[in-house]
Amino acid sequence: MRPLVEEMIGGPAWLADLAMIAVQIGAIFAVIMASAIVLVYAERKVSAFMQMRIGPNRVGPWGILQTTADMLKLLSKEDIVPRAAERRVWALAPVLLFVPAVAAYAVLPLDAGLVFADLNIGIFYFVAISSQATLPFLMAGWASNNKYALLGGMRTVAQMISYEIPLVFSLLGVVMLTGSMKMSDIVGAQRDFWFILIQPAAFLVYVIAATAETNRTPFDLVEAESEIIAGPFTEYSGMRWSLFFLAEYANLVAVSAIAATVFLGGWQGPWLPGWLWFTAKVVMMIYVFMWFRWTFPRIRVDQLMSFGWKGLLPLALVNVVVTGIGIYIAQQWRG
Amino acid sequence: MTTRTEVYTLNMGPQHPGTHGVLRVILELDGETVVSATPELGYLHRGIEKLAESRTYAQIIPYTDRLDYLAAMNTNLGYCQAVEKLAAIEVPERAEYLRVIMAELGRIASHLIFLASIAIDLGGTTGMMYAFRDRERILDLFDAACGARMTFNYIRIGGLMADVDEAFLSGARTFLADFPAIMDEYHGLISGNEIFYYRLKDSSVVGRERALALGLTGPCLRAAGVDVDLRRDEPYGIYDRFSFKVPVGEKGDNWDRYIVRMEEMVESASIVAQALEKLPDGPVMAKVPKILKPPPGEVYHRVENPRGELGFYIVSDGSAKPYRFHVRRPSFQNLMAVDELCRGGKIADVVAALATLDPVMGEVDC
Repeated sequence: MRPLVEEMIGGPAWLADLAMIAVQIGAIFAVIMASAIVLVYAERKVSAFMQMRIGPNRVGPWGILQTTADMLKLLSKEDIVPRAAERRVWALAPVLLFVPAVAAYAVLPLDAGLVFADLNIGIFYFVAISSQATLPFLMAGWASNNKYALLGGMRTVAQMISYEIPLVFSLLGVVMLTGSMKMSDIVGAQRDFWFILIQPAAFLVYVIAATAETNRTPFDLVEAESEIIAGPFTEYSGMRWSLFFLAEYANLVAVSAIAATVFLGGWQGPWLPGWLWFTAKVVMMIYVFMWFRWTFPRIRVDQLMSFGWKGLLPLALVNVVVTGIGIYIAQQWRG
Repeated sequence: MTTRTEVYTLNMGPQHPGTHGVLRVILELDGETVVSATPELGYLHRGIEKLAESRTYAQIIPYTDRLDYLAAMNTNLGYCQAVEKLAAIEVPERAEYLRVIMAELGRIASHLIFLASIAIDLGGTTGMMYAFRDRERILDLFDAACGARMTFNYIRIGGLMADVDEAFLSGARTFLADFPAIMDEYHGLISGNEIFYYRLKDSSVVGRERALALGLTGPCLRAAGVDVDLRRDEPYGIYDRFSFKVPVGEKGDNWDRYIVRMEEMVESASIVAQALEKLPDGPVMAKVPKILKPPPGEVYHRVENPRGELGFYIVSDGSAKPYRFHVRRPSFQNLMAVDELCRGGKIADVVAALATLDPVMGEVDC
């Protein structure tokens, strides 16, 4: 595509570079928006089928335009700012939350060679970026000047920090096996078999920690409706609120994509084109997360902490040690 | 520098998804831990006791529907039996059996609401949908019997509003046949879930002595290990003709209160089956004057409602209207335990404790 762009613009090389970056960022935004629209609909349909309901079925055929109608409604809503809120921080929080969600997409390899930036530290970048999402939640909770929002904000910080660590350690096993943090290398190393086969414990820890990272049931303490109304989102309405929502779905896709890349062989697969394989794996992971959400009740805040620190983290550490021993034995055996 | 935390007040309700209607709980919190919880009542007060003083005895029945509106059949029954005791009215045999069938179906429907609300309060939305789906079948049966789904006015002084038809009876039999499978589904989806179990186990304990001292009744008392059930200990109507077990818990934690209700549903289903088996033919209404004037005197009659001991105290001065009308509402008494249940727990435990206490605000505020 690059030569094509260069020809069309006809100017100096940096101009073509700039145009390429603009196209790529635009593509990432398009992917996020499109997936959010599809996922909101999908979540409502999946939950409906699990609960013997029909789900959205009025707007458009099979209700597929429901999300569009919802977006229009949200756009036309009044923008309510609580009088006691810390206005600047309050307004900044949803925007800031959206930034790491978008930035994480930069390193997702959608197909062979189809990645915005195939960094040498791809996984590290992803972990670093996604952990930035903690701060906007706290900002929203604090600036709303609402006790429920503050409780939710505090819960976010505790939860995200506790589950970030097992998440990192679960990815470490794969990095040790590959010897690289580059996404394309990790996918390339899974040509013969997927890493889920030799890292099942890491995959388990990753899925649980990722559920907690995306604040979905059974770890949805941040927005636990029956306890703290909507947590940090309590005072937000209209488009501000939907930015939170959008970021949540963007994160869901991102963690599913990382699971597909790191454990399920990324774009690799027979017969079909790579991007289709990748999409199929991501969709499957998203379905698993939705399945969790509509089956499990919510865990309590002290149980959340003890499970994260006493259950998941030791398991992830043991996995790292066992992987290390396995690599050592394999090296000795090969000579 | 030493860190110091400060207790703050969180006003939970009356508009809150976790407080079952218009209950307001004033929480003193230290972080997430509850220091004290004060229930604030009265948001649904309608003055039913006073209103009853200016209504005839038959006109009061619809007001009892609006006390415990999730178990209106049972509340109807309690009131009508109190008046029958006062005026010494004999109820036909068939009506007695149908009353038992309705009351026990009402108990199942009410406990299904409990199940649905505890599922949603703990964050499991699917459990709620399942419980509401099956409650719907009982409501359809009630609808077939009397044309109403929530506020029935079906049980009348001296009998019933109308006899049931064959469709009702066969519908009830099908429901009972499906009931074991329904319970298995709940135990698989809800009780069998580890997260659910550990959320409820050992939280909000009210032991035997404290439960008695606080005046708890019904499943909340039985969960604490006190073996009391008015249907067995002080049989009203024809309850002495049925055999059923009274489920009793051990420690009185949230889990015991949950499982006692689950087992009660099974026992209720068995009572309905026995009553359907023995259902005699005959009239469903005794000869009761249009304007009932009970002799002067007073009566206290209590029945075992899904939420505990429901008592009606009626004073008659010989006129068509009661001189004084008082209701002992189990939800109201049970709410006195809120502080004891919540203290020392987390905010999430407050929601779980309120769910297992299962108050109905229509009854609390009367």
